[in-house]
Amino acid sequence: MTAELVRGQNHPLPGARVEIRVSAGTPVVAGATLNDAQGRMRDAGWIAHPAAPQLPGVEVSRQAAAVHHLAVDLDALREDVHRVNVLLALPTGPGAPADFAGLAAPFLAVTGLDGEQIASYTVTGLSAESAVVALELYLRQGTWKVRAVGQGYAGGLAAMLADQGLAEAHTLADTINETVAAGMARSVAPAPDRPTRHAPGNRPEAERPTPGGGPIDYRHPRRAASTPPAAPSTAARPGTVPPQGGAADGSRPAAAPVAGDAPGWSMEERLYNQVWGMFEDLARSVAAYRSAVDFADSRMERELDSVLDDPRARVGSAVETARAEAQARHSALVEQARAVLERDMAQLEAESEVVEPALPPALARWDNPVWQAYEPPAEPPMALRVGDLSIPERAGLRIPMLVRLPLERGLWIDSGRLRGGEAGPVDGDELRRLAQLTATALAARIVAVHPADELTLQVIDPAGSAAGALLPLVESGVLPEAPAAGASGVARTLERLTRRVDLVQMAVRNQATDALPPDLDLADQLLIVHDFPHGFDDRAVNQLRYLADEGPSVGVGLLMVADREEARGYGPVLDPLWRSLLRLTPVPDDHLADPWVGHAWTYEPPLAPSGSQVVPQVLRRVVAARHSSGG
Amino acid sequence: MPLRRVLCLVAVGRWRPRFREGTHVSVNLSKGQGISLQKSDGATLTAVRMGLGWQAAQRRGLFGKRTKEIDLDASAVLFADKQPVDVVFFRHLVSDDGSVKHTGDNLVGGAGQGGDDEAILVDLQRVPVHIDQIVFTVNSFTGQTFAEVENAFCRLVDETNGQEMARYTLTGGGQYTAQIMAKVHRQGSGWQMTALGEPANGRTFQDLMPTILPKL
Repeated sequence: MTAELVRGQNHPLPGARVEIRVSAGTPVVAGATLNDAQGRMRDAGWIAHPAAPQLPGVEVSRQAAAVHHLAVDLDALREDVHRVNVLLALPTGPGAPADFAGLAAPFLAVTGLDGEQIASYTVTGLSAESAVVALELYLRQGTWKVRAVGQGYAGGLAAMLADQGLAEAHTLADTINETVAAGMARSVAPAPDRPTRHAPGNRPEAERPTPGGGPIDYRHPRRAASTPPAAPSTAARPGTVPPQGGAADGSRPAAAPVAGDAPGWSMEERLYNQVWGMFEDLARSVAAYRSAVDFADSRMERELDSVLDDPRARVGSAVETARAEAQARHSALVEQARAVLERDMAQLEAESEVVEPALPPALARWDNPVWQAYEPPAEPPMALRVGDLSIPERAGLRIPMLVRLPLERGLWIDSGRLRGGEAGPVDGDELRRLAQLTATALAARIVAVHPADELTLQVIDPAGSAAGALLPLVESGVLPEAPAAGASGVARTLERLTRRVDLVQMAVRNQATDALPPDLDLADQLLIVHDFPHGFDDRAVNQLRYLADEGPSVGVGLLMVADREEARGYGPVLDPLWRSLLRLTPVPDDHLADPWVGHAWTYEPPLAPSGSQVVPQVLRRVVAARHSSGG
Repeated sequence: MPLRRVLCLVAVGRWRPRFREGTHVSVNLSKGQGISLQKSDGATLTAVRMGLGWQAAQRRGLFGKRTKEIDLDASAVLFADKQPVDVVFFRHLVSDDGSVKHTGDNLVGGAGQGGDDEAILVDLQRVPVHIDQIVFTVNSFTGQTFAEVENAFCRLVDETNGQEMARYTLTGGGQYTAQIMAKVHRQGSGWQMTALGEPANGRTFQDLMPTILPKL
């Protein structure tokens, strides 16, 4: 069991002898500093670094490399050592990256002697730093623990060592850098970002063909700037590291996005938070753009008004000049705002590109390959993707719309005419059919992301009008019984679920969950209601309202396909029901607002690509898992 | 002016770099003094923090020393072409565009140890292009004048490395309940800060608008 640590999190170490594996996207210097009980480094002898790689209990490697193995024996440390800091630093010298911005996030894993991984930590969020305290192993009440630190230093090694109280920090940092530079001259650092068509892999430098074909390179060794960067590796000379992309021209590229770059206790939670972070960033970036454009509009209007108000300016070409000026100012501001928006969108698109493939099934679209390899999970997920959200400024950038599980409120797929009246080519019957398909896609998702035996579907389809859309659920066998039809079917199903809600509520209230009758299905229930209010009498409507209110807290969810107009006969009695449900639409529609600035977002239902067999395939696996577990 | 929502979602500062450095070279500003927000290496600032710290005043009561609680509030008003466009204060903690963030309301102040009790973070690179001035203000919400507040200061910190760039001391501010602290405004392609130190009276930033406008 590996603990994936987040910044600040700690984890106990089971044994005294551990190995720390470091992998980074570029050669880094790895070292370890020792601190006493007061958190201070007593003298320069308390650091293991390339120039002095061995200390009692700690050993580090002699040179900068992209992969390191640090050996630590906590029992062999000096008595007064209470903390071991694992540090990473970028080597100095020509061509080496100046800071961690744009580099892949370093990854550290703490393993036992048997190779069993104990904890791991990805040092995300680094930018202008060139040295970082990645992990610390520390003594707390007689036991050793590891903590993810991730404290970066823009001032490099020297700043880090000074921070730990070392007086001669600068001298020592220089010594380390010199040793590393000397080591680099001997060994060839791999050039991760450079295309090396002629020198694939880790071929030693000496074997590389000399540019120009002859035995001697006549060009100045330091004057390689005229070489186009895409050319085969010619600039790399022994003793230098080829420049990293973007670092040479002084403009710092935005840090490459990483999936899971957000706080959380697990990868799932981090991805969930990251998606919400992207949602907020997109909302705010667009708010900035819109407010700038609004301001430009109102300013131009004001300026034009003031020109027209001035009677002297009305004659001659002054008006035209003023108008042209105002328009130029307007378009300059809008263009500027547009450029900023483009910058933000590019970053979010890049982030979306790495995040989408990393999402687990519950958060992924149907066309994500993760669904092809689907297996029923052992635990229900924390959230479910119920569709995509986008905004007109960048319709191609789709943010997953995530809701927490278990569902706190029911879902309502609106099969009625859209409020905006822009249904266009989609007529009423088609809309109803799409709503039924959306319900099936959502139900399949909800069933699939729960452990196979932990969610039972109940379907009410009074007139049988949704039979076509329900086919995948029926055929796969996910539905334990045929959809309830007719008024009697509606009454029976609602009666059974109401009884379940009552019994479970009572049992929970009296802490007597073992007293529940044995025939009660303890799995969570999802009730799908098609064609509401067809087949419903007053009693059934009241039961449905009761289920919508009380069901979620005892594991009974509701998914309704309904046209509010058709239920109009019930009058305002049903208003609280509609308000309590999350309204989704079967076709893209902009009816959802974000919680930060209140933009209208276009919602897209989570339908599988047409012709895709992914939904039936997933449902078959659910049923297979139910059978194999004896359910 | 958009004062629509009370937001309780404080955003995670995803684009905000975090790391620190040890040195502290700070300018003690006097009123009206301007400093350019250029770093010593020529790069422009990317993120600044307006920090506000104070210590509740002590007064001699019948029963000995008694501390009276004082609630100072930091606000930032965003202006485009001298019109207020957005405001960040204790009821609207993040500007609509996300570039200006208030870290949250502190109702009683600190122990006077010098830390910031309230702070407003500005990501200068993400400030919308039409915003050309950001004015920072301090109000006494509970109504005490600055004469009753001890160890109060306002400072501007380079958020990328924790270095204090400017500090303004409020203590002994006299019979005022508010102060227009400073403004950060666009200068060329970068930003500049000017200390304003203009005393005023008011419970929240709205009351200060007449005092702010001539300072733009």
